[in-house]
Amino acid sequence: MSGGELSCESLGVEGRLRDVSLTLESGSVTAICGPNGAGKSTLLGCLAGLVSPDAGMVRVGGQRLDEVPLSRRARRIGYLPQSPEIAWDVAVEVLVSLGRIPWKGAPRGDDLQAIEQAISEMDLERLRHRRVLQLSGGERARALMARVLATRPNWLLADEPLANLDLAHAAALAARLRAQAARGRGVVLVLHDLATAMNHADRVIVLDRGALAADGPARTALSEDTIWKVWGVECRWLGEPGRRALSLE
Amino acid sequence: MSYRLSGALLLALALLVPISLLAGRVWIDPFDPQTRNAAVILFELRLPRAALALCVGAGLGAAGAAMQGYLRNPLADPGLFGIAPGAALGAVLSFWTGYAASAWLLPIFALVGAAGAMALLAVIAGRDGGIALFTLVGLMIASLAGALMSLAISLSPTPFAMSEIVIWLMGALSDRSWREVTIAAPLTLAGIALLIAAGRSLDALTLGEQAARSLGVEPRRLQILLIAGVGLTVGAGVAVAGIIGFVGLIVPHLVRPLTDRRPSSLILPSALAGALLLLVADCLCRVLPLAGGELRLGIALSLIGAPFFLHLLLKMRRGLA
Repeated sequence: MSGGELSCESLGVEGRLRDVSLTLESGSVTAICGPNGAGKSTLLGCLAGLVSPDAGMVRVGGQRLDEVPLSRRARRIGYLPQSPEIAWDVAVEVLVSLGRIPWKGAPRGDDLQAIEQAISEMDLERLRHRRVLQLSGGERARALMARVLATRPNWLLADEPLANLDLAHAAALAARLRAQAARGRGVVLVLHDLATAMNHADRVIVLDRGALAADGPARTALSEDTIWKVWGVECRWLGEPGRRALSLE
Repeated sequence: MSYRLSGALLLALALLVPISLLAGRVWIDPFDPQTRNAAVILFELRLPRAALALCVGAGLGAAGAAMQGYLRNPLADPGLFGIAPGAALGAVLSFWTGYAASAWLLPIFALVGAAGAMALLAVIAGRDGGIALFTLVGLMIASLAGALMSLAISLSPTPFAMSEIVIWLMGALSDRSWREVTIAAPLTLAGIALLIAAGRSLDALTLGEQAARSLGVEPRRLQILLIAGVGLTVGAGVAVAGIIGFVGLIVPHLVRPLTDRRPSSLILPSALAGALLLLVADCLCRVLPLAGGELRLGIALSLIGAPFFLHLLLKMRRGLA
Protein backbone atom coordinates (compact mmCIF):
# COMPACT_ATOMS: atom_id res chain seq x y z
CA MET A 1 0.00 0.00 0.00
CA SER A 2 1.44 3.34 -0.99
CA GLY A 3 -0.41 6.60 -1.06
CA GLY A 4 2.23 8.42 -3.06
CA GLU A 5 2.66 11.98 -1.88
CA LEU A 6 0.38 14.39 -0.11
CA SER A 7 1.64 17.91 -0.63
CA CYS A 8 0.63 21.52 -0.41
CA GLU A 9 2.03 24.57 -2.15
CA SER A 10 1.93 28.10 -0.70
CA LEU A 11 -1.20 27.22 1.23
CA GLY A 12 -3.02 30.17 2.78
CA VAL A 13 -6.22 30.45 4.81
CA GLU A 14 -7.13 33.96 5.83
CA GLY A 15 -6.15 34.68 9.40
CA ARG A 16 -5.06 31.11 10.04
CA LEU A 17 -2.36 29.87 7.62
CA ARG A 18 0.33 31.70 5.67
CA ASP A 19 2.32 30.34 2.75
CA VAL A 20 2.74 26.75 3.94
CA SER A 21 4.45 24.40 1.50
CA LEU A 22 5.36 20.82 2.30
CA THR A 23 5.44 17.34 0.84
CA LEU A 24 4.50 14.34 2.96
CA GLU A 25 5.67 10.82 2.12
CA SER A 26 3.57 7.80 2.91
CA GLY A 27 4.99 5.09 5.14
CA SER A 28 5.91 7.43 7.97
CA VAL A 29 4.35 9.23 10.93
CA THR A 30 4.28 13.02 10.64
CA ALA A 31 3.29 15.15 13.62
CA ILE A 32 1.99 18.70 13.29
CA CYS A 33 2.84 20.67 16.43
CA GLY A 34 2.51 24.27 17.54
CA PRO A 35 1.02 26.46 20.24
CA ASN A 36 -2.74 27.05 20.47
CA GLY A 37 -4.05 28.95 17.47
CA ALA A 38 -1.00 28.15 15.33
CA GLY A 39 -3.17 26.69 12.56
CA LYS A 40 -2.53 22.95 13.16
CA SER A 41 -6.14 21.83 12.73
CA THR A 42 -6.60 24.18 9.77
CA LEU A 43 -3.60 22.65 8.02
CA LEU A 44 -4.89 19.14 8.69
CA GLY A 45 -8.35 20.18 7.47
CA CYS A 46 -6.81 21.51 4.23
CA LEU A 47 -4.85 18.29 3.73
CA ALA A 48 -8.07 16.31 4.26
CA GLY A 49 -9.92 18.50 1.78
CA LEU A 50 -12.36 19.76 4.42
CA VAL A 51 -11.11 23.35 4.53
CA SER A 52 -10.86 25.18 1.20
CA PRO A 53 -7.69 27.27 1.15
CA ASP A 54 -7.85 30.90 0.05
CA ALA A 55 -4.46 30.56 -1.61
CA GLY A 56 -2.34 27.67 -2.88
CA MET A 57 -3.45 24.12 -3.34
CA VAL A 58 -3.21 20.59 -1.97
CA ARG A 59 -2.21 17.66 -4.18
CA VAL A 60 -2.59 13.97 -3.53
CA GLY A 61 -0.61 11.57 -5.72
CA GLY A 62 0.16 14.53 -8.00
CA GLN A 63 -3.52 15.38 -8.58
CA ARG A 64 -5.20 18.53 -7.28
CA LEU A 65 -7.24 17.51 -4.24
CA ASP A 66 -10.19 19.74 -5.15
CA GLU A 67 -10.43 17.97 -8.50
CA VAL A 68 -10.56 14.47 -7.00
CA PRO A 69 -14.18 13.26 -6.81
CA LEU A 70 -15.48 13.22 -3.23
CA SER A 71 -15.94 9.47 -2.94
CA ARG A 72 -12.45 8.78 -4.31
CA ARG A 73 -10.95 11.32 -1.98
CA ALA A 74 -12.80 9.70 0.93
CA ARG A 75 -11.32 6.32 0.00
CA ARG A 76 -7.78 7.67 -0.07
CA ILE A 77 -7.79 10.03 2.90
CA GLY A 78 -9.21 8.93 6.23
CA TYR A 79 -9.84 11.72 8.72
CA LEU A 80 -10.53 11.64 12.43
CA PRO A 81 -11.73 15.00 13.79
CA GLN A 82 -10.79 16.47 17.13
CA SER A 83 -13.34 15.48 19.81
CA PRO A 84 -15.25 13.18 17.46
CA GLU A 85 -18.92 12.70 18.16
CA ILE A 86 -21.10 9.63 17.93
CA ALA A 87 -24.75 10.62 17.68
CA TRP A 88 -26.35 7.20 18.13
CA ASP A 89 -25.45 4.53 20.62
CA VAL A 90 -24.48 1.94 18.00
CA ALA A 91 -22.44 -1.22 18.63
CA VAL A 92 -18.67 -1.03 18.05
CA GLU A 93 -18.98 -3.27 15.00
CA VAL A 94 -21.59 -0.94 13.47
CA LEU A 95 -19.45 2.12 14.22
CA VAL A 96 -16.48 0.52 12.46
CA SER A 97 -18.67 -0.40 9.47
CA LEU A 98 -19.38 3.32 8.92
CA GLY A 99 -15.83 3.51 7.58
CA ARG A 100 -17.02 1.56 4.53
CA ILE A 101 -19.43 4.32 3.46
CA PRO A 102 -17.10 5.67 0.73
CA TRP A 103 -16.94 2.18 -0.79
CA LYS A 104 -20.52 2.12 -1.99
CA GLY A 105 -20.95 -0.72 -4.44
CA ALA A 106 -17.88 -2.65 -3.26
CA PRO A 107 -18.34 -6.41 -2.87
CA ARG A 108 -19.80 -7.33 0.51
CA GLY A 109 -16.84 -9.63 1.13
CA ASP A 110 -14.38 -6.73 0.87
CA ASP A 111 -16.44 -4.70 3.34
CA LEU A 112 -16.54 -7.53 5.88
CA GLN A 113 -12.83 -8.24 5.48
CA ALA A 114 -11.88 -4.57 5.96
CA ILE A 115 -14.12 -4.28 9.04
CA GLU A 116 -12.66 -7.48 10.54
CA GLN A 117 -9.12 -6.30 9.91
CA ALA A 118 -9.76 -2.88 11.45
CA ILE A 119 -11.38 -4.50 14.49
CA SER A 120 -8.45 -6.83 14.97
CA GLU A 121 -5.81 -4.15 14.37
CA MET A 122 -7.33 -2.00 17.09
CA ASP A 123 -7.80 -5.04 19.34
CA LEU A 124 -11.57 -4.67 19.59
CA GLU A 125 -12.67 -8.29 19.11
CA ARG A 126 -13.89 -8.59 22.68
CA LEU A 127 -15.82 -5.32 22.45
CA ARG A 128 -17.39 -5.70 19.02
CA HIS A 129 -20.96 -6.07 20.30
CA ARG A 130 -20.59 -3.47 23.07
CA ARG A 131 -22.43 -0.16 22.63
CA VAL A 132 -20.13 2.80 22.10
CA LEU A 133 -21.51 4.84 25.01
CA GLN A 134 -20.56 2.00 27.36
CA LEU A 135 -16.92 2.12 26.32
CA SER A 136 -14.16 3.78 28.30
CA GLY A 137 -12.35 6.76 26.75
CA GLY A 138 -9.44 4.60 25.59
CA GLU A 139 -11.70 1.94 24.09
CA ARG A 140 -13.76 4.57 22.29
CA ALA A 141 -10.63 6.18 20.82
CA ARG A 142 -9.62 2.75 19.46
CA ALA A 143 -13.10 2.16 18.05
CA LEU A 144 -13.07 5.54 16.30
CA MET A 145 -9.63 4.84 14.88
CA ALA A 146 -10.86 1.44 13.65
CA ARG A 147 -13.67 3.27 11.85
CA VAL A 148 -11.06 5.28 9.93
CA LEU A 149 -8.97 2.16 9.23
CA ALA A 150 -12.00 0.28 7.88
CA THR A 151 -11.94 2.66 4.92
CA ARG A 152 -8.41 1.35 4.17
CA PRO A 153 -7.20 4.83 3.31
CA ASN A 154 -3.72 5.54 1.96
CA TRP A 155 -3.55 8.51 4.30
CA LEU A 156 -4.66 8.59 7.91
CA LEU A 157 -5.14 12.12 9.24
CA ALA A 158 -6.09 12.53 12.88
CA ASP A 159 -6.58 15.67 14.95
CA GLU A 160 -5.34 15.13 18.51
CA PRO A 161 -6.13 11.40 18.55
CA LEU A 162 -4.30 10.93 21.85
CA ALA A 163 -5.92 13.79 23.75
CA ASN A 164 -7.97 12.67 26.77
CA LEU A 165 -6.19 9.31 26.88
CA ASP A 166 -4.22 8.22 29.90
CA LEU A 167 -0.53 7.42 29.61
CA ALA A 168 -0.83 3.72 28.88
CA HIS A 169 -3.66 4.08 26.35
CA ALA A 170 -1.95 6.95 24.58
CA ALA A 171 1.28 4.96 24.25
CA ALA A 172 -0.60 1.90 23.00
CA LEU A 173 -2.53 3.87 20.38
CA ALA A 174 0.63 5.68 19.27
CA ALA A 175 2.34 2.31 18.77
CA ARG A 176 -0.62 1.11 16.70
CA LEU A 177 -0.42 4.22 14.54
CA ARG A 178 3.28 3.59 13.98
CA ALA A 179 2.41 0.06 12.90
CA GLN A 180 0.00 1.54 10.35
CA ALA A 181 2.79 3.70 8.93
CA ALA A 182 5.08 0.66 8.78
CA ARG A 183 2.51 -0.94 6.48
CA GLY A 184 2.89 1.91 4.03
CA ARG A 185 0.13 4.28 5.15
CA GLY A 186 0.89 7.94 5.51
CA VAL A 187 0.01 8.91 9.09
CA VAL A 188 -0.38 12.61 9.89
CA LEU A 189 -1.26 13.60 13.45
CA VAL A 190 -1.91 16.91 15.13
CA LEU A 191 -0.26 16.54 18.53
CA HIS A 192 -0.06 19.04 21.34
CA ASP A 193 2.13 16.82 23.47
CA LEU A 194 5.70 17.44 22.30
CA ALA A 195 7.12 14.36 24.03
CA THR A 196 4.69 12.12 22.12
CA ALA A 197 5.69 13.83 18.88
CA MET A 198 9.38 13.46 19.74
CA ASN A 199 9.09 9.75 20.58
CA HIS A 200 6.67 8.56 17.94
CA ALA A 201 6.91 10.80 14.88
CA ASP A 202 9.42 10.33 12.08
CA ARG A 203 8.97 13.92 11.06
CA VAL A 204 7.64 16.96 12.89
CA ILE A 205 6.17 20.09 11.36
CA VAL A 206 6.07 23.05 13.72
CA LEU A 207 3.63 25.85 12.99
CA ASP A 208 3.77 29.26 14.59
CA ARG A 209 1.00 31.82 14.01
CA GLY A 210 0.01 30.18 10.74
CA ALA A 211 3.49 29.86 9.25
CA LEU A 212 5.99 27.03 9.05
CA ALA A 213 8.52 27.44 11.91
CA ALA A 214 10.37 24.13 11.62
CA ASP A 215 10.13 20.96 9.55
CA GLY A 216 12.29 17.89 9.78
CA PRO A 217 13.17 14.85 11.86
CA ALA A 218 11.70 15.13 15.37
CA ARG A 219 15.16 15.60 16.93
CA THR A 220 15.91 18.75 14.94
CA ALA A 221 12.41 20.19 14.46
CA LEU A 222 11.69 20.00 18.17
CA SER A 223 15.07 21.25 19.34
CA GLU A 224 15.22 23.10 22.62
CA ASP A 225 15.98 26.19 20.60
CA THR A 226 12.83 25.90 18.43
CA ILE A 227 10.67 25.26 21.50
CA TRP A 228 12.04 28.43 23.06
CA LYS A 229 11.38 30.44 19.89
CA VAL A 230 7.87 29.11 19.20
CA TRP A 231 6.43 28.31 22.61
CA GLY A 232 8.49 30.78 24.58
CA VAL A 233 9.42 28.11 27.10
CA GLU A 234 12.90 27.18 28.23
CA CYS A 235 13.20 23.43 28.48
CA ARG A 236 15.49 20.46 28.18
CA TRP A 237 15.01 17.00 26.66
CA LEU A 238 15.82 14.17 29.05
CA GLY A 239 16.22 10.43 28.52
CA GLU A 240 17.11 8.14 25.66
CA PRO A 241 15.91 8.57 22.07
CA GLY A 242 12.45 7.05 21.80
CA ARG A 243 11.76 7.62 25.52
CA ARG A 244 12.34 11.32 25.74
CA ALA A 245 10.67 13.55 28.30
CA LEU A 246 10.55 17.29 28.42
CA SER A 247 11.76 19.08 31.50
CA LEU A 248 10.79 22.72 31.89
CA GLU A 249 13.52 24.98 33.21
CA MET B 1 -31.92 -7.46 11.78
CA SER B 2 -33.67 -4.66 9.95
CA TYR B 3 -35.03 -7.12 7.35
CA ARG B 4 -36.52 -9.35 10.02
CA LEU B 5 -38.13 -6.35 11.72
CA SER B 6 -39.56 -5.10 8.43
CA GLY B 7 -40.87 -8.59 7.72
CA ALA B 8 -42.59 -8.76 11.10
CA LEU B 9 -44.14 -5.32 10.57
CA LEU B 10 -45.35 -6.31 7.10
CA LEU B 11 -46.93 -9.44 8.57
CA ALA B 12 -48.67 -7.36 11.24
CA LEU B 13 -49.97 -5.03 8.53
CA ALA B 14 -51.19 -7.98 6.47
CA LEU B 15 -53.16 -9.20 9.47
CA LEU B 16 -54.48 -5.86 10.65
CA VAL B 17 -55.58 -4.32 7.36
CA PRO B 18 -58.40 -6.87 6.80
CA ILE B 19 -59.48 -6.61 10.44
CA SER B 20 -59.55 -2.80 10.26
CA LEU B 21 -61.80 -3.02 7.20
CA LEU B 22 -64.41 -4.87 9.21
CA ALA B 23 -64.42 -2.45 12.16
CA GLY B 24 -66.47 0.72 12.37
CA ARG B 25 -69.93 2.06 13.15
CA VAL B 26 -71.24 -0.82 11.09
CA TRP B 27 -69.38 -4.01 11.90
CA ILE B 28 -69.11 -6.27 8.93
CA ASP B 29 -69.26 -9.96 9.66
CA PRO B 30 -67.23 -11.73 6.98
CA PHE B 31 -69.21 -14.93 7.57
CA ASP B 32 -72.57 -13.25 7.16
CA PRO B 33 -72.91 -11.74 3.72
CA GLN B 34 -76.27 -10.22 4.64
CA THR B 35 -74.88 -6.88 5.99
CA ARG B 36 -76.56 -4.08 4.06
CA ASN B 37 -74.34 -2.09 1.69
CA ALA B 38 -71.33 -4.12 2.81
CA ALA B 39 -69.62 -3.81 -0.59
CA VAL B 40 -70.08 -0.04 -0.70
CA ILE B 41 -68.86 0.40 2.88
CA LEU B 42 -65.83 -1.77 2.21
CA PHE B 43 -64.69 -0.51 -1.17
CA GLU B 44 -65.81 3.10 -1.15
CA LEU B 45 -65.34 4.03 2.49
CA ARG B 46 -63.06 1.76 4.46
CA LEU B 47 -60.57 0.58 1.87
CA PRO B 48 -59.57 4.08 0.73
CA ARG B 49 -59.48 5.17 4.36
CA ALA B 50 -57.19 2.28 5.30
CA ALA B 51 -55.01 2.95 2.27
CA LEU B 52 -54.77 6.59 3.28
CA ALA B 53 -53.87 5.68 6.88
CA LEU B 54 -51.08 3.47 5.55
CA CYS B 55 -49.80 6.20 3.22
CA VAL B 56 -49.87 9.06 5.69
CA GLY B 57 -48.49 6.93 8.54
CA ALA B 58 -45.69 5.53 6.41
CA GLY B 59 -44.75 9.00 5.19
CA LEU B 60 -44.69 10.50 8.67
CA GLY B 61 -42.75 7.55 10.13
CA ALA B 62 -40.09 7.64 7.42
CA ALA B 63 -39.82 11.44 7.53
CA GLY B 64 -39.43 11.37 11.33
CA ALA B 65 -36.69 8.75 11.16
CA ALA B 66 -34.81 10.69 8.48
CA MET B 67 -35.19 14.00 10.34
CA GLN B 68 -33.89 12.53 13.58
CA GLY B 69 -30.94 11.07 11.69
CA TYR B 70 -30.23 14.35 9.93
CA LEU B 71 -30.43 16.53 13.02
CA ARG B 72 -28.78 13.81 15.13
CA ASN B 73 -31.47 14.43 17.68
CA PRO B 74 -34.07 11.96 18.90
CA LEU B 75 -36.48 14.82 19.60
CA ALA B 76 -36.66 16.02 15.99
CA ASP B 77 -40.05 15.92 14.31
CA PRO B 78 -41.02 16.36 10.64
CA GLY B 79 -42.94 19.52 11.62
CA LEU B 80 -39.64 21.23 12.45
CA PHE B 81 -38.68 22.01 8.87
CA GLY B 82 -41.73 24.18 8.32
CA ILE B 83 -43.03 21.91 5.56
CA ALA B 84 -46.11 20.70 7.45
CA PRO B 85 -47.06 24.25 8.52
CA GLY B 86 -46.46 25.39 4.93
CA ALA B 87 -48.83 22.74 3.62
CA ALA B 88 -51.38 23.59 6.30
CA LEU B 89 -51.18 27.25 5.33
CA GLY B 90 -51.91 26.31 1.72
CA ALA B 91 -54.94 24.32 2.80
CA VAL B 92 -56.18 27.13 5.04
CA LEU B 93 -55.94 29.54 2.12
CA SER B 94 -58.09 27.20 0.03
CA PHE B 95 -60.79 27.39 2.71
CA TRP B 96 -60.33 31.11 2.99
CA THR B 97 -60.75 31.67 -0.71
CA GLY B 98 -63.56 29.17 -0.99
CA TYR B 99 -61.68 26.89 -3.38
CA ALA B 100 -61.80 24.10 -0.79
CA ALA B 101 -65.32 23.43 -2.04
CA SER B 102 -63.70 21.67 -4.98
CA ALA B 103 -62.36 18.40 -3.65
CA TRP B 104 -59.22 18.43 -5.82
CA LEU B 105 -58.21 21.98 -5.03
CA LEU B 106 -57.79 21.63 -1.24
CA PRO B 107 -54.95 19.07 -1.47
CA ILE B 108 -53.44 20.92 -4.41
CA PHE B 109 -53.35 24.18 -2.42
CA ALA B 110 -51.71 22.26 0.43
CA LEU B 111 -49.13 20.74 -1.89
CA VAL B 112 -48.33 24.17 -3.29
CA GLY B 113 -47.89 25.40 0.31
CA ALA B 114 -45.53 22.50 1.04
CA ALA B 115 -43.59 23.18 -2.17
CA GLY B 116 -43.30 26.86 -1.22
CA ALA B 117 -41.86 25.96 2.17
CA MET B 118 -39.45 23.49 0.54
CA ALA B 119 -38.27 26.07 -1.98
CA LEU B 120 -37.76 28.71 0.73
CA LEU B 121 -35.78 26.22 2.80
CA ALA B 122 -33.61 25.22 -0.14
CA VAL B 123 -32.89 28.80 -1.17
CA ILE B 124 -32.30 30.43 2.21
CA ALA B 125 -30.42 27.57 3.86
CA GLY B 126 -27.61 28.30 1.42
CA ARG B 127 -24.96 26.44 -0.46
CA ASP B 128 -22.74 25.06 2.24
CA GLY B 129 -25.39 22.70 3.57
CA GLY B 130 -24.81 23.53 7.25
CA ILE B 131 -27.34 21.93 9.57
CA ALA B 132 -27.66 24.67 12.21
CA LEU B 133 -28.67 27.37 9.71
CA PHE B 134 -31.01 24.91 8.01
CA THR B 135 -32.81 24.14 11.28
CA LEU B 136 -33.19 27.82 12.10
CA VAL B 137 -34.58 28.58 8.65
CA GLY B 138 -37.04 25.69 9.06
CA LEU B 139 -38.16 26.98 12.45
CA MET B 140 -38.67 30.48 11.05
CA ILE B 141 -40.70 29.16 8.11
CA ALA B 142 -42.80 27.14 10.55
CA SER B 143 -43.52 30.12 12.77
CA LEU B 144 -44.19 32.39 9.79
CA ALA B 145 -46.64 29.87 8.32
CA GLY B 146 -48.22 29.51 11.77
CA ALA B 147 -48.66 33.26 12.09
CA LEU B 148 -50.15 33.56 8.59
CA MET B 149 -52.52 30.70 9.39
CA SER B 150 -53.69 32.45 12.55
CA LEU B 151 -54.13 35.63 10.55
CA ALA B 152 -56.22 33.82 7.96
CA ILE B 153 -58.34 32.24 10.67
CA SER B 154 -58.88 35.55 12.50
CA LEU B 155 -59.83 37.29 9.26
CA SER B 156 -61.88 34.42 7.87
CA PRO B 157 -64.72 35.64 5.69
CA THR B 158 -67.46 33.65 7.44
CA PRO B 159 -67.76 31.86 10.80
CA PHE B 160 -68.46 28.76 8.78
CA ALA B 161 -65.11 28.99 7.01
CA MET B 162 -63.43 29.53 10.36
CA SER B 163 -64.91 26.40 11.90
CA GLU B 164 -64.11 24.45 8.71
CA ILE B 165 -60.47 25.53 8.95
CA VAL B 166 -60.15 24.77 12.63
CA ILE B 167 -61.72 21.33 12.28
CA TRP B 168 -59.65 20.50 9.19
CA LEU B 169 -56.43 21.45 10.98
CA MET B 170 -57.15 18.84 13.65
CA GLY B 171 -56.38 16.14 11.10
CA ALA B 172 -58.59 13.19 10.21
CA LEU B 173 -59.12 10.45 7.66
CA SER B 174 -62.90 10.43 7.73
CA ASP B 175 -64.91 11.11 4.59
CA ARG B 176 -61.93 10.55 2.32
CA SER B 177 -62.14 8.76 -1.00
CA TRP B 178 -59.90 7.11 -3.59
CA ARG B 179 -59.17 10.59 -4.93
CA GLU B 180 -57.06 11.42 -1.89
CA VAL B 181 -55.33 8.06 -2.18
CA THR B 182 -54.36 8.75 -5.78
CA ILE B 183 -52.87 12.08 -4.68
CA ALA B 184 -51.04 10.87 -1.58
CA ALA B 185 -49.80 7.40 -2.54
CA PRO B 186 -47.43 8.23 -5.42
CA LEU B 187 -46.02 11.31 -3.67
CA THR B 188 -45.47 9.44 -0.41
CA LEU B 189 -43.81 6.50 -2.15
CA ALA B 190 -41.51 8.84 -4.07
CA GLY B 191 -40.67 10.69 -0.85
CA ILE B 192 -39.86 7.49 1.04
CA ALA B 193 -37.65 6.36 -1.85
CA LEU B 194 -35.70 9.64 -1.64
CA LEU B 195 -35.30 9.30 2.12
CA ILE B 196 -34.06 5.72 1.75
CA ALA B 197 -31.58 6.98 -0.85
CA ALA B 198 -30.29 9.46 1.74
CA GLY B 199 -29.72 6.64 4.27
CA ARG B 200 -26.01 6.11 3.71
CA SER B 201 -25.26 9.82 4.07
CA LEU B 202 -27.38 9.98 7.23
CA ASP B 203 -25.34 7.08 8.62
CA ALA B 204 -22.16 9.05 7.98
CA LEU B 205 -23.64 12.02 9.87
CA THR B 206 -23.67 9.83 12.99
CA LEU B 207 -19.99 10.82 13.27
CA GLY B 208 -20.66 14.56 12.97
CA GLU B 209 -20.70 16.93 10.00
CA GLN B 210 -16.96 17.09 9.48
CA ALA B 211 -16.38 13.35 9.62
CA ALA B 212 -19.37 12.84 7.31
CA ARG B 213 -17.78 15.16 4.76
CA SER B 214 -14.51 13.28 5.06
CA LEU B 215 -16.48 10.12 4.24
CA GLY B 216 -17.55 11.67 0.95
CA VAL B 217 -20.97 13.04 1.94
CA GLU B 218 -21.97 16.12 -0.05
CA PRO B 219 -23.88 18.25 2.47
CA ARG B 220 -25.87 20.14 -0.14
CA ARG B 221 -26.96 17.00 -1.98
CA LEU B 222 -28.06 15.41 1.28
CA GLN B 223 -29.99 18.55 2.20
CA ILE B 224 -31.83 18.61 -1.12
CA LEU B 225 -32.65 14.89 -0.86
CA LEU B 226 -34.02 15.48 2.60
CA ILE B 227 -36.05 18.57 1.71
CA ALA B 228 -37.58 16.71 -1.23
CA GLY B 229 -38.16 13.49 0.72
CA VAL B 230 -39.66 15.11 3.81
CA GLY B 231 -41.54 17.60 1.63
CA LEU B 232 -43.20 14.92 -0.48
CA THR B 233 -44.13 12.61 2.41
CA VAL B 234 -45.23 15.26 4.90
CA GLY B 235 -46.71 17.59 2.28
CA ALA B 236 -48.81 14.76 0.82
CA GLY B 237 -49.86 13.68 4.31
CA VAL B 238 -51.01 17.13 5.37
CA ALA B 239 -52.72 17.67 2.01
CA VAL B 240 -55.01 14.69 2.46
CA ALA B 241 -55.33 14.38 6.22
CA GLY B 242 -54.51 17.70 7.89
CA ILE B 243 -52.01 18.02 10.72
CA ILE B 244 -51.29 14.72 12.41
CA GLY B 245 -48.58 15.10 15.02
CA PHE B 246 -46.48 12.76 17.13
CA VAL B 247 -46.26 9.91 14.60
CA GLY B 248 -42.97 11.18 13.21
CA LEU B 249 -41.61 11.72 16.70
CA ILE B 250 -42.73 8.55 18.44
CA VAL B 251 -42.42 5.89 15.78
CA PRO B 252 -38.64 6.16 15.22
CA HIS B 253 -38.22 6.05 19.02
CA LEU B 254 -40.14 2.82 19.27
CA VAL B 255 -38.37 1.26 16.32
CA ARG B 256 -34.78 2.36 17.08
CA PRO B 257 -34.03 -0.13 19.88
CA LEU B 258 -35.13 -2.96 17.57
CA THR B 259 -32.54 -2.00 14.91
CA ASP B 260 -28.77 -1.52 14.92
CA ARG B 261 -29.55 2.20 15.49
CA ARG B 262 -28.07 3.41 12.22
CA PRO B 263 -30.40 5.99 10.65
CA SER B 264 -30.49 4.02 7.39
CA SER B 265 -31.76 0.87 9.07
CA LEU B 266 -34.51 2.90 10.75
CA ILE B 267 -36.24 4.48 7.75
CA LEU B 268 -38.10 1.53 6.23
CA PRO B 269 -39.19 -0.04 9.55
CA SER B 270 -40.34 3.41 10.73
CA ALA B 271 -42.44 3.77 7.59
CA LEU B 272 -44.06 0.39 8.22
CA ALA B 273 -44.56 1.05 11.93
CA GLY B 274 -46.00 4.50 11.17
CA ALA B 275 -48.47 2.90 8.77
CA LEU B 276 -49.40 0.36 11.43
CA LEU B 277 -49.84 3.01 14.14
CA LEU B 278 -52.05 5.20 12.00
CA LEU B 279 -54.14 2.26 10.79
CA VAL B 280 -54.81 1.12 14.36
CA ALA B 281 -55.39 4.63 15.69
CA ASP B 282 -57.80 5.49 12.90
CA CYS B 283 -59.65 2.22 13.46
CA LEU B 284 -60.00 3.01 17.17
CA CYS B 285 -61.25 6.52 16.35
CA ARG B 286 -63.93 4.94 14.16
CA VAL B 287 -65.01 2.43 16.78
CA LEU B 288 -64.96 4.61 19.90
CA PRO B 289 -68.47 5.83 20.67
CA LEU B 290 -68.36 9.62 20.98
CA ALA B 291 -71.32 11.94 21.17
CA GLY B 292 -71.48 14.25 18.18
CA GLY B 293 -69.38 12.21 15.77
CA GLU B 294 -66.04 10.48 15.82
CA LEU B 295 -62.82 11.38 17.55
CA ARG B 296 -60.47 13.32 15.23
CA LEU B 297 -57.38 11.28 14.45
CA GLY B 298 -55.00 14.21 15.02
CA ILE B 299 -56.45 14.80 18.50
CA ALA B 300 -56.43 11.11 19.34
CA LEU B 301 -52.76 10.75 18.44
CA SER B 302 -51.80 13.77 20.50
CA LEU B 303 -53.86 12.43 23.41
CA ILE B 304 -52.05 9.09 23.22
CA GLY B 305 -48.74 10.47 22.02
CA ALA B 306 -48.02 13.16 24.59
CA PRO B 307 -48.43 11.00 27.73
CA PHE B 308 -46.61 8.17 26.01
CA PHE B 309 -43.73 10.45 25.22
CA LEU B 310 -43.65 11.75 28.77
CA HIS B 311 -43.48 8.15 29.97
CA LEU B 312 -40.59 7.56 27.59
CA LEU B 313 -38.79 10.63 28.86
CA LEU B 314 -39.29 9.55 32.47
CA LYS B 315 -37.78 6.18 31.59
CA MET B 316 -34.89 7.81 29.80
CA ARG B 317 -34.37 10.45 32.46
CA ARG B 318 -31.41 8.74 34.05
CA GLY B 319 -29.73 8.33 30.71
CA LEU B 320 -30.37 11.96 29.75
CA ALA B 321 -29.33 13.55 33.03
